[in-house]
Amino acid sequence: MEKHPITQGKAAPGGKTLKPRARIWLAGAAICLISSLAAAQVFEQREFKNPQHEQRYRHLISELRCLVCQNQNLADSNAPLAADLRTIVFDMIQNGKGDDEIREFMVDRYGEFVLYRPPFAAKNVALWAGPFVLLVIGLWLLLRQIHRRAAAPRPAPLSDAERETLQSMLGERPDKNDGARGA
Amino acid sequence: MHRYATPLGIFLLLAVLLGIGLTLNPREVPSPLIGKPVPAFRTPGLKDPGKQLSNETFRGRVTLLNVWATWCIPCRQEHPVLVGIANRGEAVLFGLNYKDDRKLAIDWLNGLGDPYAMSGFDPQGRAGIELGVYGVPETFIIDADGRIIYKQIGPMDEKTWKSTLLPRVKRLQEARR
Repeated sequence: MEKHPITQGKAAPGGKTLKPRARIWLAGAAICLISSLAAAQVFEQREFKNPQHEQRYRHLISELRCLVCQNQNLADSNAPLAADLRTIVFDMIQNGKGDDEIREFMVDRYGEFVLYRPPFAAKNVALWAGPFVLLVIGLWLLLRQIHRRAAAPRPAPLSDAERETLQSMLGERPDKNDGARGA
Repeated sequence: MHRYATPLGIFLLLAVLLGIGLTLNPREVPSPLIGKPVPAFRTPGLKDPGKQLSNETFRGRVTLLNVWATWCIPCRQEHPVLVGIANRGEAVLFGLNYKDDRKLAIDWLNGLGDPYAMSGFDPQGRAGIELGVYGVPETFIIDADGRIIYKQIGPMDEKTWKSTLLPRVKRLQEARR
């Protein structure tokens, strides 16, 4: 079997081998491809009654948190509890339960923490409204500052005597500094 | 001084908020079950499948429910604490064997001691889901009306038992007298 220079890994004459930079790009592309495959991983094969059910299932497991690996949703987690909860979501959909009922089932047992999309309620109003309130305050401060600057009196232009002094200072600075150091 | 007051104030506020945040354990999810009756569940007994462990089991006296499994390494660490509680008669202790193998679980109890008045057997973990279990071992304090008063997530050492759970259990027991 003829060995191709690339698989041989040695620099072959004729420039047929990959340059180091090309190898890095290839490796990067491979890593991206592998990680995107991993993200699209499906743990169980499910038979859905109709495509709407499948869509709802995918949506629900993507917005419910896995309690074991808390920064993953049910769709991405391979924890046994996540598998159990996916099965429960599937069963509830097959039994004609609505999305809200399924969310309620999870919240009743694990608290609102399971929802990646927490509902708007009195107790978390600061969380939802906070960014907008801060934005408005920031805009207000900014506008106030701009107005103040615009309203502030401009400094009077330099008088002839001041300009002369400035010129002489700028022009003669090195000498004066030397003189100061000498003294 | 005045011009530094606002940034200093914001800094102190943030420092306090972040400081509080650092002391919290994000893995401990506040259980929505606290203060509520034990959710309806029913499992066969571990040693005697003819018996049942259900939400009805907890009525009439203050009890502890410990969710455990032989595959759970912290459970082994916690087990002597549970045996101690049972030996000193500090509380009535029930177990829920979670997603486990019956034979392994019975061998575990025979080998390490059985602190439980009774253990339920939940190989599929459905009872565990009803109870909102996500990190074995978990220990519930249940009052005589069958309400969940407290939930310990993760292994309970002697210190945690003495400082956190036992006082609550004692308070509940005294309230019944």
